[in-house]
Amino acid sequence: MPTLYEQLGGSPAVEAAVDLFYRKVLTDPRISDFFEGVDMDIQISKQKAFLTMVFGGPVAYSGQDLRRGHAHLVARGLNDSHFDAVIEHLGASLAELGVAPALIGEVAALAETTRADVLGK
Amino acid sequence: MPTLHWEGQSLAVAPGQTALDALLGAGVSIPHSCRAGACQSCLLQATAGEIPPSSQQGLKPALIAQGYLLACLCRPEADLHLTAPGPGARVPALITKLTWLSDSVLQVHLTTSESLDHRPGQYLTLLRDDGLARSYSIAGQEIELHVRRIPGGAMSNWLADVEPGTPVTLQGPAGDCFYTPGDPHQPLLLAGAGTGLAPLYGILRDALRRDHQGPIWLYHGALNESGLYLTAELEALAATYPNFQYRPTLFHRDGPLPEVLSAAHPKLAGWRGFVCGDPQIVNILKKRLFLAGMASRAISADAFLPSTLK
Repeated sequence: MPTLYEQLGGSPAVEAAVDLFYRKVLTDPRISDFFEGVDMDIQISKQKAFLTMVFGGPVAYSGQDLRRGHAHLVARGLNDSHFDAVIEHLGASLAELGVAPALIGEVAALAETTRADVLGK
Repeated sequence: MPTLHWEGQSLAVAPGQTALDALLGAGVSIPHSCRAGACQSCLLQATAGEIPPSSQQGLKPALIAQGYLLACLCRPEADLHLTAPGPGARVPALITKLTWLSDSVLQVHLTTSESLDHRPGQYLTLLRDDGLARSYSIAGQEIELHVRRIPGGAMSNWLADVEPGTPVTLQGPAGDCFYTPGDPHQPLLLAGAGTGLAPLYGILRDALRRDHQGPIWLYHGALNESGLYLTAELEALAATYPNFQYRPTLFHRDGPLPEVLSAAHPKLAGWRGFVCGDPQIVNILKKRLFLAGMASRAISADAFLPSTLK
């Protein structure tokens, strides 16, 4: 039984999804402010790591990593509605790439496991 | 069994083993994180041997051209020589010619006895004999730098008064903002402000020299006329090469450069971009090109960091 990461196409799939996903995030007025002034190349590599993780790939962040990495954004008001917007763009990007709804559901469920840590709850 | 060469050590690599694991197993400290080719923290450079193509996936074309690879994805099938990305060698150089291109921009030509093997658009660090050091982009096949004279600037004011024949030291080259052949019909967008023109001028002439066929647009942003330079040379190139369009962009006449670009090029999918200048304008331009549909991998940038030494 191939892993979720293998079913999605592994690292080439991450490459294909990252621009699509990050462009949606940057142009969404609900969340784009959180990315203002951040270097794009650094962001792209972080988004790749994020996508690799929620694709079930070999990237492991601890809850502590995620809390530390987002604490400054939580202080600026990052909340559930922003998290939901990111999950929405993740699903839409994968749908555009022709990923089956069942697999998108698995990705969303993996992303969901990070919610409490990302939002510092 | 293939052998991995690292700083004088020879390491045997087991079938299927990654270069990262072989190096870590031998006690070599290599920065790494995701082990999946995503974070790119284990970037190394191959100096000889056969690079497995899969170890370069996701890297920008300029890094691939320089033999960079990701150690976590690299499963050597033949002998491979690897090194950490370094600052480059130091070589003695002579200043050969100094020319004012405008009120504030000095063109400095240098020569070295040994080849630097640079690509126009990369940068060099210029060191004076007392150790004062500044980095400048390379504007051509020859070593040509554009130095903006800054009030109180230690290096720029020294260069403004120096005589041809003065010895200095050059370190480098470094940087991944340069033309890479391989897609001669791809449209290119070159945009920058101030002496951001230096790398762009180098990249432009390199692309033309390598017979680039696709359209090439160069936007040079300045506050007003006095901020432009090399206009006659660029107009002459535009007259010679029908695929090259030169667009000097004046803030007071045309508006902010990012707005001019967005209006003229709303859709940039499939294009390649080069953006150079101060970090602030570079960040804005990078984002504009990306949002207009240019792939993140297709955007090369050189942001000039202000010197912290006085």
